[in-house]
Amino acid sequence: MTIDWLNFTPWPALAGGALIGLAASLFVLGNGRIAGISGLLGSVLEGGEGRGEKALFLLGLLLAPLLWGLFAALPTIEFQSDWLGLVLAGLLVGIGTRYGAGCTSGHGVCGISRLSPRSLVATLVFMAAGFATVYIVRHLLGG
Amino acid sequence: MRRLSAFLAGLIFGIGLLLAGMANPAKVLAFLDLAGAWDPSLALVMAGAIAVAAGPLNWARTRTTSLLGAPMQLPVKRELDRRLIGGSLLFGIGWGIAGICPGPALAILLTGHWQIIVFMLALLTGMGLFRALESRRAL
Repeated sequence: MTIDWLNFTPWPALAGGALIGLAASLFVLGNGRIAGISGLLGSVLEGGEGRGEKALFLLGLLLAPLLWGLFAALPTIEFQSDWLGLVLAGLLVGIGTRYGAGCTSGHGVCGISRLSPRSLVATLVFMAAGFATVYIVRHLLGG
Repeated sequence: MRRLSAFLAGLIFGIGLLLAGMANPAKVLAFLDLAGAWDPSLALVMAGAIAVAAGPLNWARTRTTSLLGAPMQLPVKRELDRRLIGGSLLFGIGWGIAGICPGPALAILLTGHWQIIVFMLALLTGMGLFRALESRRAL
């Protein structure tokens, strides 16, 4: 393992993480809900209860780059997959987060914060799967 | 007030993702590439988020309503079942292919890249597929 010191950005990572934690705190203390993006999205699409407040959270998330753009240039956004990879990845993320009842935000941030065993296991599983997939794609298939 | 807090929470969440660099799929993939030039940033994003959210989320567990009067709705399921493991496995594979998870996908949806539109349409199709399979199971 070699650490890529050139691209390692500890302070923005910690500060951005703190903002994510602040947002999750505001949502649970204000609205009584977990800020899990896949769950909110699924619930808004399927018409669950409390749809209005959930949709407003997602609207805020969607508008974030527009607010950012008023004050600064948007950060780099670089994709490394072709369209087939994007389609496959999107399908897996869509179906997997619904069966697994959460993603990086719901399980990884909120679930671990409230010491949920389910979220801890889910996070370990999707992290391990992510590490393994990148290893296979980059180092075994040489993609 | 609850509408405002929901909207602000989403907005702050999105700004946090952009600031953290997590809206950049290449950076996420660099975190997942342990055998390559490893960028540990994402671990600090999670650490920062958990450090801030742990107190409030654990306080929320002791309450039945939110500070703005909404019912406190925290997950109650405890069992580690096949759905949780299998679903998380599929999600992790998809995450490893493109470096995009649902939060960042929404946070960059309106930035005008065709790739995120393709990813989002596939993600919504995947969620629709889940719903179709679930309603068949319920019959």
